[in-house]
Formats: sequence, structure tokens, C-alpha cells
Amino acid sequence: MNFAILQFPASNCDQDAVHVVRHVLGHSAQMIWHKESSLGEPDAVIVPGGFSYGDYLRTGAIAQFSPVMQALRGYAEAGGLVLGICNGFQILCEAGLLPGALIRNRSLQFRCEQVFLKTISRDSPFTCKVPADKTLKIPVAHGDGCYYADAPTIARMEEKQQILWRYSTEQGEVSGMASPNGSVGNIAGVCNESRNVAGLMPHPERASEAILGSEDGRLLFESMIDWLQRRKPACATP
Amino acid sequence: MKAKIIVTPKKAVLDPQGKTVQNALEQMGHLGIQAVHVGKYLEIELADGDKEAARKQLDEACHRFLSNPVIEDYQLEIES
Repeated sequence: MNFAILQFPASNCDQDAVHVVRHVLGHSAQMIWHKESSLGEPDAVIVPGGFSYGDYLRTGAIAQFSPVMQALRGYAEAGGLVLGICNGFQILCEAGLLPGALIRNRSLQFRCEQVFLKTISRDSPFTCKVPADKTLKIPVAHGDGCYYADAPTIARMEEKQQILWRYSTEQGEVSGMASPNGSVGNIAGVCNESRNVAGLMPHPERASEAILGSEDGRLLFESMIDWLQRRKPACATP
Repeated sequence: MKAKIIVTPKKAVLDPQGKTVQNALEQMGHLGIQAVHVGKYLEIELADGDKEAARKQLDEACHRFLSNPVIEDYQLEIES
């Protein structure tokens, strides 16, 4: 599989994503600078973490106007897989590719620690390989990770099973204490209605090797690869 | 002309900055504060011209970019 990894000024998890795709998963990864107007023909796109444009105005607000985002919009609308991690999640929300917004953590603290995630829907290209009842140990590192959407939006997302992960205890209990940021309903990550675009605040690319303390993050990338491999023959043109 | 834009968090959205500033004001002895809302102020200098056209243009910019309607409200004023 060929992953495109977007690179904005002040992206800082781009190299980690490239490392995981190439050296942990054994697939190919190509960095795409934000001034590019084409993504090439990737099988999936990762919008990595960082502090694009210095978080000026609002996190992720300015990156949506980079030329590459126009290409990303077209790619997402055509059904391409897009995963936004941390700042990438913020960018996808600001660009309107995902519902809701991410605001300052309720504690006002920058939180950098391991958290646990309960997978709420395994029916997505990003969660299909996560074993049932397994909580994922994946770190967060953010100051603006408090997910917000108004009540009707949340209700619609719940109905459409767009909430993919909630912060939980290690045992999988979704409680306010388990949330690092005060997100509505402990939401850690969501997908769009067509389920091909997802974003989450925790960093799966920082939890894909045992030496880093957890390999649970790899399940997200492996889900994407598995989903693509299963879809590929159906999509291949003769 | 000059545009003055005030962006504030929507009332329904948690505003931890406002709450923290309120707590600090109370620590200072300022009583009777019911709520504090921390927002942003933008001043945009414009070439003189059609005020209504400028308002229309900036209104769109506020809606699409300068504020995020999911979490924020804005007020736009244009001064000659």
C-alpha cells in the first residue's frame, strides 16, 4: 500500500508516521508538501500531528487553505481513506471534512500521557482489526483536544455510529476521570458519515512498537491496510 | 475604513479560560462576577470604498474562517 503523508509548516509527527508505515508496517510512504496541488495516487492519506501554522487563530484553521487541502477534499469525496492524527484531526474538523471542533482542554493544561481508548464502532476502515473488548493504550500530547459538537450533531453521530473511540479506563469503562481533556461524551475520535475519513487526538504512530510501551496503535494502521486489501480487487480496473 | 471583529465562545461551549479568569478575579476580591468569556479581537484595515460590499465580504470571511461557527459567535463592525 502507498500512504501519502501531508506535511504543513510545523507538522512534527510526519516523520513518525513515515517511520511506522515504512519500517513497522513494511508499506510505502510518500511525504506531500502542503504547497502541492496533487496527492498522486495514494491508497490512503495521513494528516499528521504538529502545530501547523503555529496554531494561529485556531488550531488547524489556517492549514485548510493550503493547496494540498483542495486535493484532499476531492480525494475524500471520492471515497479515499484519510486519517487525521491530533493536529491532523483538528485540521479535518476545521476543513469541514469531519463534524465538530476541538477546543482548549478543560484543565487548560497541555496533556502528554498514555491514555486508554474504548473502540465504540468496529465497523470502519480504521477499527475493523481491533479485537472486540480490547482497550487501546495510546498516548496523547495536546493542549486543544476537547471535542465539541452541539447535542443534535452528537445524537446524529451516535445514530450513524460515527464515534469510533472514547477515552476509557484500562478496563474499558468510559468515565469522565479517564478523559485527558473534557471532551463531550469522552470522544477521542470520530469518522464522517461515509466512514472513509477519521480523526483522533491520541497518537497511534507513537504506540506502534513494543519499545515505545505499546503496539496498540498499529491496529489502526493494520485496519486500514486490511480494509484496502479487501476492497482492492473490487476496485481494480482491468 | 476599519473593520472590528469580536469573536467569543458560544454560550453553550465550555470556556475554561473564562472560568479560570473568573476564579482569579474572585481571588483578587472582585465580587458579583457571574461569568467571564474570553474571546478574540481582530482589527482589519481596509482601503476606503463601498462599506456594504466590505461588510458582505468580511461577513463571509468571519463565517468561513475568522470564527468557527461550531464553537464561536462573532460581531462585525465597520467604521469609516
